[in-house]
Amino acid sequence: MSSVGTAVLGAVFNLNHPAHVVHWHFFQMSVSNILVIGLMLVVFALAIALPFPGAARRRESRS
Amino acid sequence: MSRDDTKPWGGAYAPYDLVKELCIAVGVIALLAVLLTVLFSSPDDKPSTVAQWSRTMPVDFVTTATAELEGTSTTAAYGPPYNHNGEGQHIAFVELQKWLGVSHPINTANDYVIDPLRSVPGNPALQSAISTYRAAPAKTQKEWTENYSKALEKATVGPNGAVIVPAGSYGPVPVMMNGLLALAQSGGLDGALLTSSQFYQTDYTKPLLFMADGGLLAARAEEQHLLGDQWGMMNETGSYPGQVWLWLYTLWYQVEPFKASANADALVMVVMGVLSLLFICVPLLPGVRSIPRWIPIYKLIWREQYRAEQSGA
Amino acid sequence: MSVAPTPGAPATGAPKKTSWTTRTREVAVENLPPEKLLPDSQPVYVASWIYVFGVASIASLIVIIASGSILALKGPAWWHYTGIGLFFNSTHLWAVELFFFVMVVHLWGKYWMAAWRGGRKRVWVTGAITFIVAIPCALTGYVSQQNFDSQWISTQAKDGLNSMGIGAFFNVTNFGQMYSYHVLLLPLAVVGLVTAHILLVRRHGVVPPFELDTARAGDAARAGDAARAGAASQSSPPERTPAPSGVERPSSAADGAPRS
Repeated sequence: MSSVGTAVLGAVFNLNHPAHVVHWHFFQMSVSNILVIGLMLVVFALAIALPFPGAARRRESRS
Repeated sequence: MSRDDTKPWGGAYAPYDLVKELCIAVGVIALLAVLLTVLFSSPDDKPSTVAQWSRTMPVDFVTTATAELEGTSTTAAYGPPYNHNGEGQHIAFVELQKWLGVSHPINTANDYVIDPLRSVPGNPALQSAISTYRAAPAKTQKEWTENYSKALEKATVGPNGAVIVPAGSYGPVPVMMNGLLALAQSGGLDGALLTSSQFYQTDYTKPLLFMADGGLLAARAEEQHLLGDQWGMMNETGSYPGQVWLWLYTLWYQVEPFKASANADALVMVVMGVLSLLFICVPLLPGVRSIPRWIPIYKLIWREQYRAEQSGA
Repeated sequence: MSVAPTPGAPATGAPKKTSWTTRTREVAVENLPPEKLLPDSQPVYVASWIYVFGVASIASLIVIIASGSILALKGPAWWHYTGIGLFFNSTHLWAVELFFFVMVVHLWGKYWMAAWRGGRKRVWVTGAITFIVAIPCALTGYVSQQNFDSQWISTQAKDGLNSMGIGAFFNVTNFGQMYSYHVLLLPLAVVGLVTAHILLVRRHGVVPPFELDTARAGDAARAGDAARAGAASQSSPPERTPAPSGVERPSSAADGAPRS
């Protein structure tokens, strides 16, 4: 990676260091992966729970 | 067999702009991708070269090269698709690895040692050593390489970069190995391994397999939590999120009977193949296809519709 | 007096029954008339954020292909030595992470809705195969990076593939072959599968909700049957809640018997 590139379009957060890993019995996962999986579950729950816009329009279509 | 009593929808429709939704989605995803790029960029750890390997780990390099010459390295004993020196993996009587044959022949002694050394000019002692080795009977060659491999466990690196071992009966092998080390450290072996058959080359199999037989790639991988027993298949270098979707592929390798099996790869591939087929066929699987009815998350998803039906009824 | 035919106009005289063009057009229009291909309304039960994850998957694929095209334009080495190249490589990688993220959330939603019901098995099947094909598509990308990650992934992945004989014709350590699969062959497969998936959704419509209980299901079925019987006797489309003005009803084929 060019140093010019780093200066011009460098990342705000530098993730180029060995990952922190969670160990539990034989289970091992990087913190980043756990975050991604956790976020997927949260997003899924929110997608189902949050109200979807257009309820008034749909009510009107039903009547 | 549970009945699929889903009727075609005879109810109301409401305006819904699919094209606008797609445009908004593309905008949002593009923005998210750019935001993540600005925040985190992407990893680009420089590749290892044979030259680097031979300079930073000369004893490991020479040990690996000796194993290639001897025919005891991982690649040498691999079997198809590289050679016929191993049986490969199998599931019961199904030996796909063997049946599909040797499509990318690699003779480790010639490809990694003899041929590159033969290309070194202006070194008659080296060429003589090679000729001596090739002229010797197989039993003698094996004796020399086995003795040398054992001696390498106590090797040191001399001031001129050569690998030094205690005195012993190794024939011309030390001369050959130090010649190969010098070639590697100069960068010549990288090129020789890549373009051995043609000028334009995009196939890195030979140099990659040679490096993988040694310890450098694995040492870097361990640092980055990429080894198999570190669930490495799911991981990326650095602290970047990796390939989360491979969680089940890598999980099998951590448990018996896969963990200790010589056919672990074949077993895991078959298990994942079967599970993938079952995944595709979920609508046909009794029980699995009924779980959404039994665990009614759908009541949350369609709660607006159910409320409307109940107040309408 | 003979008149020169206008280009694009139907052929004069009856088209041959064996015309492939006519038959293709008729099959296409019968299965997916324009108002079904691009409807401007959806059933009122499409009322949850879970429904946006399908289109989010398509959107991610578009961003992947766009950023990937820039990378392809400049060749595989470019992103290693320019900042703008690294930018597009990063966008491509994050778009892939987003793609798998939203696709799996979409999959979870469709499973819990049992979206294969009502003759929609092929929708599920094409979706599942898309997910499975996306995995080697990503793999070929990872081994095409030409950095340490590619070296490690290729020397590891080769063992799994070799064990099944796949390595004999699909060599992950062969950069040229992997790059070709990644830039052309596998994206074509993914796009083809996604297209089939979307066309099937348009054809069969979004899966209706589960009936809440059998009693209500029976009432709804009887009401539906009566409506259809009444409509048939009047030779007019089945009676249903009129859409607000300006909302075009999708083709009645959407309400016909589900076809697998």
